[in-house]
Amino acid sequence: MRDPATGLAIEASGLVKTFGSTRALDGIDLAVPAGTVYGLLGPNGAGKTTAVRVLATLLRPNGGEARVFGHDVVRDADAVRGKVSLTGQYASVDEDLTGMENLTLLGRLLGHRKPAARDRAAQLLAAFGLTEAADRQVKKYSGGMRRRVDIAASILNTPELLFLDEPTSGLDPRSRSQVWEIVRSVVAHGTTVLLTTQYLDEADRLAGRIAVVDHGRVIAEGTPGELKSSVGTGTVHVRLRDAGQRPEAGRVLAAALGAPVQAEADPVALTGRVAGDDGRLQAGERAARALSELAAAGIVVDDFSLGQPSLDEVFLVLTDRPAEPAGDEMEAA
Amino acid sequence: MSTATATPTGTTASYVPSAETLGAVMAPGARPPRPSPVAASLAFGWRAMLKIKHVPEQLFDVTAFPIIMTLMFTYLFGGALAGSTSEYLQYLLPGIMVTSVVMITMYTGVGLNTDIEKGVFDRFRTLPLWRPAALVGMILGDMLRYVLAGSVILAVGLALGFRPGGGVGGVVAGLGLLIVFSFAFSWVWTMFGLLLRSERSVMGVSMLVLFPLTFLSNVFVQPATMPGWLQAFVEVNPIAQLVTAVRSLMAGTPDAGAITWVLVASAVFATLFGALTMYRYNRV
Repeated sequence: MRDPATGLAIEASGLVKTFGSTRALDGIDLAVPAGTVYGLLGPNGAGKTTAVRVLATLLRPNGGEARVFGHDVVRDADAVRGKVSLTGQYASVDEDLTGMENLTLLGRLLGHRKPAARDRAAQLLAAFGLTEAADRQVKKYSGGMRRRVDIAASILNTPELLFLDEPTSGLDPRSRSQVWEIVRSVVAHGTTVLLTTQYLDEADRLAGRIAVVDHGRVIAEGTPGELKSSVGTGTVHVRLRDAGQRPEAGRVLAAALGAPVQAEADPVALTGRVAGDDGRLQAGERAARALSELAAAGIVVDDFSLGQPSLDEVFLVLTDRPAEPAGDEMEAA
Repeated sequence: MSTATATPTGTTASYVPSAETLGAVMAPGARPPRPSPVAASLAFGWRAMLKIKHVPEQLFDVTAFPIIMTLMFTYLFGGALAGSTSEYLQYLLPGIMVTSVVMITMYTGVGLNTDIEKGVFDRFRTLPLWRPAALVGMILGDMLRYVLAGSVILAVGLALGFRPGGGVGGVVAGLGLLIVFSFAFSWVWTMFGLLLRSERSVMGVSMLVLFPLTFLSNVFVQPATMPGWLQAFVEVNPIAQLVTAVRSLMAGTPDAGAITWVLVASAVFATLFGALTMYRYNRV
């Protein structure tokens, strides 16, 4: 389902939202294609949550306008609500109730009769691996289980657009990858996902396009590849067989990369910065050359990895300053 | 509580999301039509029941508090004001019932305020529903608490020697009128619950409003002994009118004027504060 005129799930122009003297949104423009995962990337306080709350009809903007599948989020809020669902940064389920009760309640609120709502709840709990925990209060769930029941609640009626506000913040790595897998399945079934995150790697893995948000504005927009190449630098991480070879390996790498190399706390590990595409070489090619020069020098490499630029580096490049939290996002929301 | 005896989780570690099973639950079935306002409100009322089931301690204020109020005032003032406690009880009981239940209405605002802090209302507010349903359902749940508090006081009163002249019918009618008024009056607190920042401030404002309303009334003493300006206040105090109406119903001598007054006041409270609450609810 898409806005017949534009093919866009979300279309926002010049959105402004102020809280007192704080401009949480300072003229945000967004164009989210239907059927994709779109990432809003930025530090705490950048305005990501406020943007999601405006688009989900929870907040009225002070200026600008936004349409979801062609429906205005202020004038036609009810039509928007019929198409979206929201998994907030904090639990959007009732922690006093069990997983089963939460989903049954939601099913009833979406118009199912009680038996049908119970069936649907059981089906969702099974698919999300929560059958065993069905009759336990949500406040007794682990962080990952809580996220899952929250997302299960959001897809109860198979929404056309799903807002996920920092879905993996505070989760352990296993739970993170479970959430990623769920997001992929959701989008594979035609639901558009707007995801906010503080992690570039998360946006990179999931999103087709990313908008980098800072101080309530979009400061960069594009595919993950475009963003990363605009940032330019990454890192190469090398683990040697023999700690004794490290000083020499450091010299070879530094020469090949044309940048200083850092020795890590681990006595066999080295990290070097890799410049991006400079017209002659891609970052990956440059790193590959450096590795073959290590081999040529007789240095045994046990393991290596090419790291992406971190969000900090993206920010440094885009704003000439580090990604310091600009304030508490909840305060602004 | 059966649900409180949780075993350590065995599901998180073993869960592997499968595209197939997730795909099956994502398959869009036929969407049911939106629930009617009544169905949506009842679903939210069911939520309130579930919360009582899981957190039964919250019934403390509707059971212990009214019992203490009844015992305290009966024995504190009974001898001095009416010559004997059982004599005073005939006068006091309907009033203390009104005072306790009206005081309990403030927890509606406190509860709403904490609920909104927690984020589950974000989900409710993004559902395509009749907008007041979440609040109406919440107050429906609270009405159960009012009935419970009223019944507890009645039971204590009967045990202490309260003998209402209106019989069962009169008592039920009196309690019914009290519940109707409390439902309407709760909308004052939902407004404050949405307006004020913290649970604490909701509590503070509620006390500030409720203490004068309940004490500067005819609950404890006949207004005839009060100075003229205070009598004038008692005359227009809705709580005093409510006490007069409930008292008259329970005594079997319905005071049509007071009852009409209470019903009109209820309609005004529900409409005015209901509208202010919803205005605020749509702009939190």
